[in-house]
Amino acid sequence: MNSLKERLIKYAFTAMGYLSLLLLFGIMAVLFIESRPAVKELNILNFLFGPQWRPARTPAEYGILPLIAGSLSVSFGAISICVPLGAGAALYLNELAGETQRRVLKPVIEILAGIPSIIFGFFGLVAVAPFLQETFNLPVGVCLFTASIVLGIMTIPAITTICEDALSFVPRSFKEASFAMGANRWQTLTKVTIPAAGSGICTAIILGIGRLMGETMSVLMVAGGAAVIPKSIFSPVRPMTAAIAAEMGEAARGSMHYSALFLIGLVLFLITLALNILSEHISKKYRLKLGQGR
Amino acid sequence: MEMDPAAITTPKIKTENLNFFYGGFHALKNINLNVHEMQVTALIGPSGCGKSTLIRLFNRMSDMTPKTRAEGKIMFEGGNIFDAKTDLVKLRRNIGMVFQKPNPFPKTIFQNISYGPEIQGCKDKDFIYHRVEESLKKAALWDDVKTRLHSSALGMSGGQQQRLCIARALAVEPKVILFDEPCASLDPISTAKIEELILELKKNYTILIVTHNMQQASRVSDYTAFMYLGNLIEFGQTDRVFTVPKDKKTEEYLSGVFG
Repeated sequence: MNSLKERLIKYAFTAMGYLSLLLLFGIMAVLFIESRPAVKELNILNFLFGPQWRPARTPAEYGILPLIAGSLSVSFGAISICVPLGAGAALYLNELAGETQRRVLKPVIEILAGIPSIIFGFFGLVAVAPFLQETFNLPVGVCLFTASIVLGIMTIPAITTICEDALSFVPRSFKEASFAMGANRWQTLTKVTIPAAGSGICTAIILGIGRLMGETMSVLMVAGGAAVIPKSIFSPVRPMTAAIAAEMGEAARGSMHYSALFLIGLVLFLITLALNILSEHISKKYRLKLGQGR
Repeated sequence: MEMDPAAITTPKIKTENLNFFYGGFHALKNINLNVHEMQVTALIGPSGCGKSTLIRLFNRMSDMTPKTRAEGKIMFEGGNIFDAKTDLVKLRRNIGMVFQKPNPFPKTIFQNISYGPEIQGCKDKDFIYHRVEESLKKAALWDDVKTRLHSSALGMSGGQQQRLCIARALAVEPKVILFDEPCASLDPISTAKIEELILELKKNYTILIVTHNMQQASRVSDYTAFMYLGNLIEFGQTDRVFTVPKDKKTEEYLSGVFG
């Protein structure tokens, strides 16, 4: 009786464990099946590198280069904002902040991480966009630059958290050795602590890029939405996620447009998958390098 | 606790009524100890007696532990190291340290040693190379590693890593080297090599070593200080302390009554 109960519990948990695997394969299957007509009909090279995304025209053009350019430019713009700020905050927390400051700041940063992205969208639309429009005298406030700022701020907590973890994994004994040789704090930080945490920080950045590529709601609101390859940082852009979210409602089910949107999803999925594998690979090497934390 | 009459060398470091507190805990009680120049002084005693606490005061590594307080003096080269005007960087260049567990940086063998000269602002590549070679030779490691200077230090054995840490300390050209249980995590063969090295280094450096291994103290040291519960119980020439201890506690510890 008892053993039957235990077996049942075991099976139940096994099922839950495998459910996520099943869901992952299910999602991949849907992406592959729904994007099949587009793969068959459109030349994949033309699809990836075509310079025009005009699904509503006749004849329609399905080139997602502007969308990929939109995603990449917003991601890199955001990265160049959130990496210095996020890593700097992590260094402050780990190396300089006293116990009291850390006790206040860490939870605040975690709360920032929990704010829904649509709130950041509002913030971008109401505060950042009008400010930039006025300051730089732009025709429209919603553009690549605005999206980069909003996404950059949004991603700071994630970068800070992962960088702080990487820094706190650096064994105390490395720092002691450095100080005992007469190094000052700055030398110890730049020549011992940061290099030792380096791969962890790289992982943080790559995961950050992955997350930015997948971010949808706020870019839909603040990126401007024009499916053209950006010419300046003030050009409006349409990242891949924004295109899917904006157009899925109007694309007729089973149409080429509908299938092409799934193909964009598939491309996005493969990009973030590659980034995740890369960061996993780097962090594994990092653990070996530190010799399990000695 | 008078000095041995046979003591003819001059003290390099001298503690005067030294007290140390971790918060409210009185860890070191009124320590008066002379560390003699070009000699090996061993600090022995049971776990928790304060020997590691004491050795970490000489280069003020104790500063890294929050909520601690020192009273009294440690005199080194004419000044009290607790003085506000003490230059910590200079102090630590003069008084090097080797830790309990080998702690090479996750860098190459070469970079581990060149770190010291580099942080002093040295940019001359030839000079640095020579300093690395010389330090590795002094640590009896050169022949083992000369063909793989640019491979990771973490690929070395524990004993080699510890000798690398000694070479790294030597590269800064200290006058005093503090060893905090340098063989605690090593096998007997590596331990023997480190001991041999300490005897060799004694010709040019003043050495202070913490050890929980009494045999090691008797093999490598000229002077022995026995500590118990934060007090310095007995200090004298090693031969004398080990053969005719004056204090009952020292005798009991050395004969293994407690430990």
